[in-house]
Amino acid sequence: MSTLARLRRWIGKHLVLGLGLLVLVYTFVPIAVVVLMSFNNNSKSKNVYKFQDFTWNNWLHPFKPGGMKDSVILSIEIALLATLVATILGTLAAFALSRHKFVGRKAANLIIFLPMASPEIVMGSSLLALFVSRGFGGQLGFITILIAHVMFCLSFVIVTVKARLSGLDDNLEQAAMDLYANEVQTFWRVTFPLVLPGIIGAALLSFSLSFDDFIVTNLNAGQEVTFPMFVYGANQRGVPMQVNVIGTAMFVIAIAIVLGNEIFRRRQEKALAA
Amino acid sequence: MTSTAGIAPANPHDSAAPAPRGRKLTGYWLILPAALWLGVFFVIPFYSLVSSSLFDPNGSVLTGYNMTWHFANYVDAINDYKGQLWRSIWYAGLATLACLVIGYVLAYAIAFKAGRWKNLMLVLVIAPFFTSFLLRTLSWKLILADDGWVVGFAQTIHLTNLLNFIGLTGTDDRLLATPFAVIAGLTYNFLPFMVLPLYASLEKIDVRLIEASSDLYASPMRGFFKVTFPLSLPGVVAGTLLTFIPAAGDYINATLLGNTNTKMVGNVIQSLFTTQGDYAAAGALSVTLMAIIVGLVLIYVRTSGTEDLV
Repeated sequence: MSTLARLRRWIGKHLVLGLGLLVLVYTFVPIAVVVLMSFNNNSKSKNVYKFQDFTWNNWLHPFKPGGMKDSVILSIEIALLATLVATILGTLAAFALSRHKFVGRKAANLIIFLPMASPEIVMGSSLLALFVSRGFGGQLGFITILIAHVMFCLSFVIVTVKARLSGLDDNLEQAAMDLYANEVQTFWRVTFPLVLPGIIGAALLSFSLSFDDFIVTNLNAGQEVTFPMFVYGANQRGVPMQVNVIGTAMFVIAIAIVLGNEIFRRRQEKALAA
Repeated sequence: MTSTAGIAPANPHDSAAPAPRGRKLTGYWLILPAALWLGVFFVIPFYSLVSSSLFDPNGSVLTGYNMTWHFANYVDAINDYKGQLWRSIWYAGLATLACLVIGYVLAYAIAFKAGRWKNLMLVLVIAPFFTSFLLRTLSWKLILADDGWVVGFAQTIHLTNLLNFIGLTGTDDRLLATPFAVIAGLTYNFLPFMVLPLYASLEKIDVRLIEASSDLYASPMRGFFKVTFPLSLPGVVAGTLLTFIPAAGDYINATLLGNTNTKMVGNVIQSLFTTQGDYAAAGALSVTLMAIIVGLVLIYVRTSGTEDLV
């Protein structure tokens, strides 16, 4: 076979994979820009959309821009609390939906699905309409942001944990019962450890959804400023380069947790198989 | 709204009766907190929104609003903002189409060509989600900047002329601050919502069916359009809806990457609520957007004939 024909066959075989990888590369281009810009020194010119000089300064003084530190702290506080509440309520609901029979399961599934399929602007404005209505007194702030975040994180937690539960091998629980473990022991020694990676995944997803949310938050925040709101507001005057430090740090931490979770899961599966 | 349930990811455990474990009331107790939260903070707010859309438009945040069943708010909202409504549908539609093409390639590659790298590639699909949505969108400002290489390359291959011809950019050879930039931003930001459902339905396809088509002398192209694509339709429907719906309501891309003539309906709703304090008009516009989306979804699901598939 001539080299040309062989080359053509090779291309034919790997074309789709190559194109797919190209799409993946494309999704990472903006991330690369964020990382790059976290090292940008823009003190000489006002143009914040151009890499000028390399500097460590943004990383050494990440909270230099006024108001940014408070916004990051607020976002972390809200994300942690929203994650905690949404993960607990969502996990309980996921167990109910996949393990228990009750009237209204179909309706429950629908109501859980709808928040994921509604535009954020509609959800945000609905909540605002509720909060300013007479019964709620129109006090917008920390609590209203938290309520909104738990609301839109819940559905994602339920779906994620439910997926993990439906992939579980029933035999493992049966085996525990056969070996005289009671229900409580079976749950904490067998079921819960098996579902845990799903719960951790759901918590991670909640945290990043909450930390990242702008549209719903902006409508219900009152005087509070979260990190995405800080970035949006700063955009009008020129974004400080330090926001890219926060963006990069978030990304690195999240990837580390995802990989850690994956390694933990693989080890556990190996241990079960052994 | 009920029929949107049809696009929920199919789960065999949903329809089958769950194993009769646990006592009778446990299920209710477990679901109660989440159900209450979603009821009070998702379902009831929608009712508040509908009622605020019928307020007397002469009220203000300071003096309070009176409920006057003022249905004319809807007529006013649609008349005043039909341009932005139409633009939102148009931009979101184009972005969804672009996502479908790009996303299908990626989902297909992961499902059939990735081999042992499948899991890693799936993680990489969602990984960009972990940096801020706003920062990723702002990055496109730098990538599409006027003196950047993307614009230079687009000019060299006359892409800018083509885009100008179909009306997505201006005559000044720029990419930033054009409808094209907004649509590109929407495409980028909502791509994972397309890839994941597409992957889920491609993954379920029995490869032997595709092999059979080639045994029966179908060309790879023909095999794809006659076998693979029809079998992936549930994923196509779910993916297009999950991309289109958030894209139609988005205003971050329109604000950061567009200009004053690319404002979408989200821009209007948020400024009516926050800066103008016109809750009646904002509510009416918000309900109108939701109604248009639900209407389009219903028509789409009917015509694509996938009601039973999903």
